[in-house]
Amino acid sequence: MPTEVHPSPTSAPSSAAPAVIELRGITKRFPGVVANRDIDLVVRAGEIHALVGENGAGKSTLMKVLYGMYHPEEGQILVNGVPTTFRGPNDAIAAGVGMVHQHFMLADNFTVLENIILGSEPRSAGRIDVQAARDRIDKISGDYGLGLDPDAIVEDLTVADRQRVEIAKVLFRGARVLILDEPTAVLVPQEVDELFEHLQEMTAEGLAIVFISHKLDEVLKVADAITVIRRGTTVATVDPGSVTARQLAELMVGSELPKPDTRESTVTDVVQLSVTGLSLSAPSGKAILDDITFEVHRGEIAGFAGVEGNGQSELVEALLGLVKPNSGRVVVDGHDVSTDTTSERRNLGIAVVPEDRHRQALLLASPLWENRVLGHTHDERFFTSWGWMKRRAAVADTVRIMSDYDVRAPGADSLVGSLSGGNQQKLIIGRELESDPSILIAAHPTRGVDVGAQAAIWDRIRTARARGLATVLISADLEELIGLSDTLYVIYRGKLVAKLDPASVTPQVLGTYMTGAATKEASA
Amino acid sequence: MNRLRRIALTGFLPAALALLVAVVVLGIVLRILGVDPVKSLVALFDFGETPRAQANQMRAWVDGAVPLFLSGLAVSLGFRMGLFNIGVEGQYRIAGLVAAWFAASVSLPGIVAIPLTIIVAMGTGALYALIPAVLKVSRGVNEVITTIMLNSIVSGLIAYLLRGPFRDPKLGASASGRTAEIPETSWFPGFENPFGWLGMDAPSRALGGFIVVAIVVGVVVALTLSRTRFGFNLRASGANPEAAATSGVGAKRMILQAMLLSGGIAGLVGLPQVLGDLHSYGAESFALGFGFSGIAVALLGRNNPLGIGLAAILFAFLNRSGPSLQNVDVPPSVVLIAQGVIVLSVVIVNEVLRRRLLRMEDRKAASQTPGTPVAPAAGSPGPATAGASA
Repeated sequence: MPTEVHPSPTSAPSSAAPAVIELRGITKRFPGVVANRDIDLVVRAGEIHALVGENGAGKSTLMKVLYGMYHPEEGQILVNGVPTTFRGPNDAIAAGVGMVHQHFMLADNFTVLENIILGSEPRSAGRIDVQAARDRIDKISGDYGLGLDPDAIVEDLTVADRQRVEIAKVLFRGARVLILDEPTAVLVPQEVDELFEHLQEMTAEGLAIVFISHKLDEVLKVADAITVIRRGTTVATVDPGSVTARQLAELMVGSELPKPDTRESTVTDVVQLSVTGLSLSAPSGKAILDDITFEVHRGEIAGFAGVEGNGQSELVEALLGLVKPNSGRVVVDGHDVSTDTTSERRNLGIAVVPEDRHRQALLLASPLWENRVLGHTHDERFFTSWGWMKRRAAVADTVRIMSDYDVRAPGADSLVGSLSGGNQQKLIIGRELESDPSILIAAHPTRGVDVGAQAAIWDRIRTARARGLATVLISADLEELIGLSDTLYVIYRGKLVAKLDPASVTPQVLGTYMTGAATKEASA
Repeated sequence: MNRLRRIALTGFLPAALALLVAVVVLGIVLRILGVDPVKSLVALFDFGETPRAQANQMRAWVDGAVPLFLSGLAVSLGFRMGLFNIGVEGQYRIAGLVAAWFAASVSLPGIVAIPLTIIVAMGTGALYALIPAVLKVSRGVNEVITTIMLNSIVSGLIAYLLRGPFRDPKLGASASGRTAEIPETSWFPGFENPFGWLGMDAPSRALGGFIVVAIVVGVVVALTLSRTRFGFNLRASGANPEAAATSGVGAKRMILQAMLLSGGIAGLVGLPQVLGDLHSYGAESFALGFGFSGIAVALLGRNNPLGIGLAAILFAFLNRSGPSLQNVDVPPSVVLIAQGVIVLSVVIVNEVLRRRLLRMEDRKAASQTPGTPVAPAAGSPGPATAGASA
């Protein structure tokens, strides 16, 4: 039974507040490995409890245990002090534990109200009691300042709005403990601040929030307690007032946190990639790319900042020749490639790290070495001029990339789908950079990889830049953009609205441009 | 050890397990139908009394496998690319007719005429398969629909051609349509005593020699798929069209090429009959249905040329035993039920084992980095989710 949402005034979080969720010695094994061992976690009412750790440290497994999706072999879960066993997410929801997933699970063509009640519709006389639902949603929205319009169609909402709908969905089901999985990954800085305000209103009402994040500055800003997880176990629970970001990072990785930093300029005068007046419109006539013009020189990293969905994906596709723009020219190293096929462009030395590695970069059910040659079938190291595959050479080169790029896998003939995201990404980076490209188009090159791998990838891109690689870098990680780029563009609604100097820009300023609040005409 | 297990899980274990499941299910079905399962099973293996009869049964078995193999191969090429070429049936019928007409019309020595006929048959099949390919590439029309419709169209087309241009001029007006007889020099040679090395008698009729062509085609297709750029691109496009496109494999070009190749091989399916047996194309004598059985054979053989060969042998074995079943009062349609049950169990067993294999790989990779959780999101959302909720 869902518990009713009663706003119960609670004093400021202190260790005296009752523990709503307590994990004691949780161990979850998968055959051959221990994903979680001896996890101890105490989440108190009225606190934001941050859970930080590298990718692959065991956060997701822990959250799945807490949400009833996995069953631990050892240890206890206590809800309000009572030992409880979750047989599935339904049990967790019944016990007041709700999860806001990183990827929204909303029906776009439904209204906010319909999405919120979907699956737990209040009924009266066999029909959905819309009025009761509306009253409850209004109350939730009012209590926590979510500002929801129950009749808005989800399709029309911004990302931040959708996230609030997801939160309301969980609250509607009576959750007293909210698990938020990387909630800030999709938000711009201003929206992050808003989210934090909402979270604080919720904790003021006595709810508990488990906040999973990579971003240490955010964690330090918002959390009341921070638990660090490393290699499957909880290493420390610290008070944010008494640690620095650096100390936290060291707890996470056991070593120093790397920074993307490429200050000494390697930019040359040679234009490697030149894009002029690139425009693309949707069938509806809406502009997706609007007169995009820029140049990338040899040895230059041109960063593109923007909230996802403002034309970045289409820009990459247009550069690769996967979509045909309505107008505009793309010139690679003096050759006009505007009418060339993807294959012809790639053979001119364009390397690609696509934004969605599973969909666009990998054959998950194929071995590593076949993925190594994907996109490089005209490389004479791997294919004879007659098109005969040189298997042994491909396998040997894959083994080399595995060791040079620290791709951890049992062997070159393991299936790529069984690798962790970070290892998959390292394989892609290795495959693309080892073909000696002149242009790299990298979309979110370090998304979902751990801190160590991230540093290694940055290093590789920097080294290639020093050798004269021209890079188009698209990223949602503003620190990465500012740290790596020589030139920074902001893309908003398909238009380049600003050209900025990364040396003097702050994430806050970038955020202002990214939300369209300010414009500064870009001139290439 | 793991390598062995992987081979076992991907290789023959699924087929063997599926067959076992199929036999059990089939037994239950036969029971319900009031047929004695044991009697049926015994009848399946009845090759006749005399050595001559046994040799004839063997010949019928092997001969029956050849068109099934070619058809399965044609279908599998489409499958590999994510295309459902349901049109193998129509492609092989029209190719058989055109080849029969061509072979009867040219007067060249067999050594030239036979290879030319094979090329004509492949070309015709490929051209007929090009229609759905072009429609798909240019207009986005689903190939399942177009190939099924083209199968119907082929019936009308053949009826017309056998009434008019391709009709044997010596036929009377009332006779059913047939092309002129192919000159004996262009008949495909056969094997008179193919089972002598097994200590068996010679069958009454020679074993079709086209099996040699089928084996060569099978080997070429297998090598092309696994060892060439074209084969790699084809498999990549089938496995992940978007990734293939991003890496420069043009989807449209691959669709055209895969359909042409599939249709070309489909064109060979009717040749054992036309060149080796009937020596003409007759509206009533030319055997139909191989195109559809080929879909089942390709599924059973898991789109792998060797597997397709084994599947074709199995299907041909069942087809051959139809008459033997009738001898013991078992309806011959039991063969069709058996084939259907086999295909279904193969599909189900494959899926179950594929998930197990993926889980095994997940664990193996995870054990490389101790302490790292097996993150289901890492690569195999489907199977891993199933595992988590199991």
